[in-house]
Amino acid sequence: MTVNVPQEVRNESDTTRTIFEKSKEGRRAFVPPRDDVPEIGGVDDLLPASARRSDLPQLPEVSEPEIVRHYNTLSKKNFDLDTGFYPLGSCTMKHNPKLHERVAALPGHSRLHPAQDPEYAQGALELMFRLQGALSEVSGLPHVSLHPSAGSHGELAGLLLARAYHEDRGENRTKVLTPDTAHGTNPATVTMAGYEVVKLGTDDEGGVDLDDLRANMGDDVACLMLTNPNTLGVFDRNITEIARIVHDGGGVLYYDGANLNAVMGRSRPGDMGFDIVHFNLHKTFTQPHGGGGPGSGPIAVSDRIEPFLPRPQVVEVAPQNGSEARYDLDYDRPKSIGRLRGFQGNFGVFVRSYAYICSLGGDGLTEASETAVLNANYLKALLADPEIAEYIPVAFDRLCMHEFVLSGRGAKDKLGIKTLDIAKRLLDHKVHPPTVYFPLLVDEALMVEPTETETKETLDNFADALRQILLEAKEDPEIARNAPYSTPVRRLDEGAAARKPVVRQPRSSG
Amino acid sequence: MLGAIGVGSVDDLFEQIPAEVRLDRALALPDGMAEDEVNRHLTALAARNTHADDEVTFVGAGMYDHYVPALIDSIITRSEFLTPYTPYQPEISQGGLQVMFEYQTAISELTGLPVSNASLYEGPSSVAAAGYLAKLENRRTKFVTSRGLHPHSRETLKTYSAGYGTTMVETPLTEDGATDVEALAAAVDDDTSAVFLQQPNFLGTVEDLGPLVEAAKRTGAIVVCQVDALTLGILESPGALGVDIAVGEGQPLGNRLDFGGPSFGFFAAAEKFIRKMPGRIAGETVDVDGKRGFVLTLQTREQHIRREKATSNICTAQALNALAGVIYLSWLGRKGIVEIGELMLRKTAYARQQIGLEAINPGPVVREFAVRVPELDGVIKSAREAGINPGYRLGQDYPEYEDGLLIALTERRTRQEIDALAEVLAGARVEAIA
Repeated sequence: MTVNVPQEVRNESDTTRTIFEKSKEGRRAFVPPRDDVPEIGGVDDLLPASARRSDLPQLPEVSEPEIVRHYNTLSKKNFDLDTGFYPLGSCTMKHNPKLHERVAALPGHSRLHPAQDPEYAQGALELMFRLQGALSEVSGLPHVSLHPSAGSHGELAGLLLARAYHEDRGENRTKVLTPDTAHGTNPATVTMAGYEVVKLGTDDEGGVDLDDLRANMGDDVACLMLTNPNTLGVFDRNITEIARIVHDGGGVLYYDGANLNAVMGRSRPGDMGFDIVHFNLHKTFTQPHGGGGPGSGPIAVSDRIEPFLPRPQVVEVAPQNGSEARYDLDYDRPKSIGRLRGFQGNFGVFVRSYAYICSLGGDGLTEASETAVLNANYLKALLADPEIAEYIPVAFDRLCMHEFVLSGRGAKDKLGIKTLDIAKRLLDHKVHPPTVYFPLLVDEALMVEPTETETKETLDNFADALRQILLEAKEDPEIARNAPYSTPVRRLDEGAAARKPVVRQPRSSG
Repeated sequence: MLGAIGVGSVDDLFEQIPAEVRLDRALALPDGMAEDEVNRHLTALAARNTHADDEVTFVGAGMYDHYVPALIDSIITRSEFLTPYTPYQPEISQGGLQVMFEYQTAISELTGLPVSNASLYEGPSSVAAAGYLAKLENRRTKFVTSRGLHPHSRETLKTYSAGYGTTMVETPLTEDGATDVEALAAAVDDDTSAVFLQQPNFLGTVEDLGPLVEAAKRTGAIVVCQVDALTLGILESPGALGVDIAVGEGQPLGNRLDFGGPSFGFFAAAEKFIRKMPGRIAGETVDVDGKRGFVLTLQTREQHIRREKATSNICTAQALNALAGVIYLSWLGRKGIVEIGELMLRKTAYARQQIGLEAINPGPVVREFAVRVPELDGVIKSAREAGINPGYRLGQDYPEYEDGLLIALTERRTRQEIDALAEVLAGARVEAIA
């Protein structure tokens, strides 16, 4: 299987040569430790022939300097948050404080074995217990499990909790409601959890269509999954009524915490009536995103859901006779849905998020959300400039929370450039484009989330960049249509890649 | 800024939240701290953990004390790798995308299977992800697992499958701690969607995979094998043995212990599964100028495109950890992957010989082996007093091995350390007899 990759010689200056293509027989970086058990036999004595590897893995043969130079060179072809503005909607690309890398790397954290006896891991368990407490307070729900590995993993945990809760009551519910503004992970999770998706419409205000909810809520509905504020950046004003309808129908209310950065210290999902919340520690609580992970997706739940939480659970053993508090892993949870992964969760992420919460404190977290909302509304106001709004107006023109959605329909109709073209031209302005073509109900959508860690100057520059792109397109739309020009590669043929997938370096070239 | 928005205060911005769900008090959390104070607090917490440099550790059970070369820290802490999002804009993400392509190549080489994704969360959830793929592929209703499969993998698979209603049947181990091929053959029937094996198994036993795969495939079930990547320089590749999907825990490949995460899970499969794979996949293509480049491909499998019809819900995975993995494998290289496997094989044999206690799995072992230890509690206590963490208590997952100790070796454990462990275990044995 091949695509038409030109077969020119890939010389030293071609930075797309893979580490496998740089391999030369006999080169190496690894020096094995001294063999100090010489009297033990060789592989032939210790393994049956049938278990022996027949065709050796062809890993690259390269030296340490080559590896360092290779990956440093590759790194320079990445845009990153430490270099520039990243207003990627629903991804909360806020600054990652540098202290966090230092404390996560402390040997007491990074060199701690996950099967260490809890008696010898009291610092780690205390950190996890404290983080659980902080997440509980932010969410307004009493019980927290740090177990899930990312947002969508938290969603799966949440729906399995809802299932366990209903089954424990002897009920077999088969449907889960998700608004049409939901993140793609929501419906995908519903299917994985063995439920049927029922899509709810959006009203003129950008919230859940209450009539649609009432019509679909029944005793076959296990759960409503909601993001609030939703992916339009709109806080659903009917949330209390929504919660009442779902609870009256015997359902469970699930809060997708992707947008929690809008409301910390200002409003809490537990107080809105939600039973289950997931947090994206790699969004709201500033774990660096690593080019696609790691993340972490803890969940917080109400009392009625608590018996079903994943195990193990980090617990405090009440101090007795003046002794200090102790922490333990509790496996004895008979109604637990069980594990969703190995060991205790992405502890390295917990360290960073806990450090973040310590740095900011309660007031600082609140201020973070306030500034995130302020920045989003300020940027939205800048983009109301007629030179911009004529082409890419805000989809729901009211105060927004931490993000807002523009529609590129006008630019498409009047200038002949699509949202994709605007995004690609932004690359030449050294800005990461907003999330594009999502949410689905907005035509040619651009979803903008500036976060609280950007300055007014950065927001002003972004508005200027959009203005320039639109003015330029008025003169000559071809410029945007063919952008970008300044990047390591230009537009890539994704269709060809999917039709004839080449997903590894072919062997012969190594 | 408020003037530009047209409001008088930040409070006005939050008027859009109905009063009844507005929080009318401050969060009940401690005050913020200066950077130095946070550093001290976290350092003090870390100091209360006994980590793998504080003691000689023989604990494994899925994550291991391997050396992580310094060049990994140097590369993965670069902002350009540490701080980007998932590469949705390929023109400014060629570094990360090429890393994924190289990672996929390395995993494909190790497993002997043609298609790898760009990472999943960690080992056990990758096993569960393979189960979901099998369920999507053949719609059958039963999973058969070996009792030699990691207990966390078995439990995770069970948790996931509770959602879509697949039942689980577990087949026992023989008296020698290997998967019972006859019992496995008997458990597999026309309803069996997938069979789950592990090589080496949880006890460290090198399974005779060929006959197991054959027995599993008799009725067309999909064969999933959890493998230890660092043994794949010496053990036959799952691909060559007919395994359909190979998965595993990525921590041994240049990732920290981190009290269990973040690491990564690898997932490689036969060609026919490429359009049902979970997770990101990078593919090679060209740009408008004909220049070579890389993109996320086959995205019609994924949740952001297909929503409820996606083949998985996974979004954020473990890209940075997978980067550490491919750097590690490049550092180890073509010779090193064999050398490290041989070192582990021989150190495991040496340790078992020196310790001499009753073996739970007396056949071929690599990286881990299990022994019965009389007076296990006392032995662990005296070992720890000697600065040795002697192994993993098997009884927490296997009641039939209540006195079992699972001892893990890596290239880092020296002869002197192994001898010290043997001495502590021998001393305790003498005490037990007296």
